[in-house]
Amino acid sequence: MVNTKINLLGLELDNPVIPASGTFGFGYEYAELYDINCLGSISFKGTTLEGRFGNPTPRIAECTMGMINSVGLQNPGVEKVISEELPKLKVVYNKKVIANVGGFSIEEYQKCASLLDKEEQVGILEINISCPNLHAGGKNFGVSAEGAATVIKAVKEVTTKPVLAKLTPNVTDITEIAMACEEAGADGISMINTLLGMRIDLKTKKPVIHNKMGGFSGPAILPVALRAVYQVYEKVNIPIVGMGGISSANDVIEMMLAGATAVQVGAANLVNPFACRDIINDLPKAMEKYNITNLTEIIGGAH
Amino acid sequence: MYQGIYKVLKNEQLTESVFRMVLEGDTSALTAPGQFVNLTVEGCYLRRPISVFDWDETTVTIIYKVVGLGTEKMSAWKVGYECDVLVGLGNGFDVTKSGDRPLLIGGGVGIPPMFGLCKRLISEGKKPTVILGFNKADEIFCKEDFENIGAETIVTTVDGSVGVKGFVTDAMKDIDYTYFYTCGPMPMFRAIENTAVGSGQYSFEERMGCGFGACMGCSCKTKYGNKRICKDGPVLVREEIIW
Repeated sequence: MVNTKINLLGLELDNPVIPASGTFGFGYEYAELYDINCLGSISFKGTTLEGRFGNPTPRIAECTMGMINSVGLQNPGVEKVISEELPKLKVVYNKKVIANVGGFSIEEYQKCASLLDKEEQVGILEINISCPNLHAGGKNFGVSAEGAATVIKAVKEVTTKPVLAKLTPNVTDITEIAMACEEAGADGISMINTLLGMRIDLKTKKPVIHNKMGGFSGPAILPVALRAVYQVYEKVNIPIVGMGGISSANDVIEMMLAGATAVQVGAANLVNPFACRDIINDLPKAMEKYNITNLTEIIGGAH
Repeated sequence: MYQGIYKVLKNEQLTESVFRMVLEGDTSALTAPGQFVNLTVEGCYLRRPISVFDWDETTVTIIYKVVGLGTEKMSAWKVGYECDVLVGLGNGFDVTKSGDRPLLIGGGVGIPPMFGLCKRLISEGKKPTVILGFNKADEIFCKEDFENIGAETIVTTVDGSVGVKGFVTDAMKDIDYTYFYTCGPMPMFRAIENTAVGSGQYSFEERMGCGFGACMGCSCKTKYGNKRICKDGPVLVREEIIW
């Protein structure tokens, strides 16, 4: 018998597999297909203070072994998330969930986080710091150590729940940002968000995505994610939730060896709605194959 | 929504770029005409959403146009090939609104979902009129399918090589209808919006990520709030559409 249980920031998870924010909605589309209670946890759709439509369409483009999205944080706003979406999610999922929080100013992050902090269903806050700071000319908070730290510090002031800082890989040195988040009080690091990318339509000779650029995800980015997690693991003492292209049980093991305590599965859910369930089902067999009895013991094993 | 492995029973070329594929498998998730399926194509990351032409207890028929890498690969699938398909996606057309003499307008590759709808309406005793819009004679497909089930079928071609010369809207003028249903390209939709009388339903197309409502990739704004083309659509009612 193998043990897939892990402890993430005080939460006992049955397994380390968590659908990534933005690829799983609030769970109920998938609950029509399978019992999602098998999931370690769920990082629900990125939530902002006010409701948002997001960016104009087209906002999806295909790539070799991946995709680009520029959805732009479409969500109904934190109040509706709490009053409508979380109760619906609770019906289909009985474990603690991860609240993914976005914002366009420090005050917005704080207000949104403080409202979600009151929800018993929420076990962890995951702060998406890859949003543009509207008070600083639209530059992303997450691309500077100072901007990242300011967000995390502000959120920590308004919550008693553990805080994950979700990092963008579109930076010169991701370890600097991770260390700044740890210093600012982050309880863990979530990484990596999507890579900035684009596609051009050969027929129209213009970008496929309306906003020209978008976030590149899918199996193609797994090596980038593994490298980033490996680097950050050596520089911080807080747990890492690893993501970026994970599509199989083997990928989960590889990411944990790089230094992740838990993993998130993103784009894979969109092409195979059963991806997370399949990965969880395959995990024990993959562990046996590689002589792993206790998943916790392999965290950072590649170092 | 149902996910399963489907076997190709037929994959025939109808015109230079349009193909008809019959897939064998579980069709229980198909509940309304106008729904679509989402096919995994080897070598492509995202699935390919294709509208349903017709279905029965054991088969689903799709008609698709080769427009890119995915549909090109699909056109090469041989009889017996097995593929992973999500079936029964989207809301489909609401047939309860049709009245006795509904008008169905399909433009190009927007024609296929009109067939299942037409069949359903006829089975319910309605007398649909169908307008099929094409550019020219050699692009015409499915005309006989509509005629064979007893629908009054009008073909328009832009070059006038067959049927009414011009656009679908040129054929609409003389028809008295109780309600309309349409699927086709955006310029055609805009022309219909300016021509049509009364209420109707439009079936939209958008680049999709998942096809089942999870990724929010295909959202649009409507008078009734934000909607996902894949899950809350692809069919929207005339009254809610923001042009």
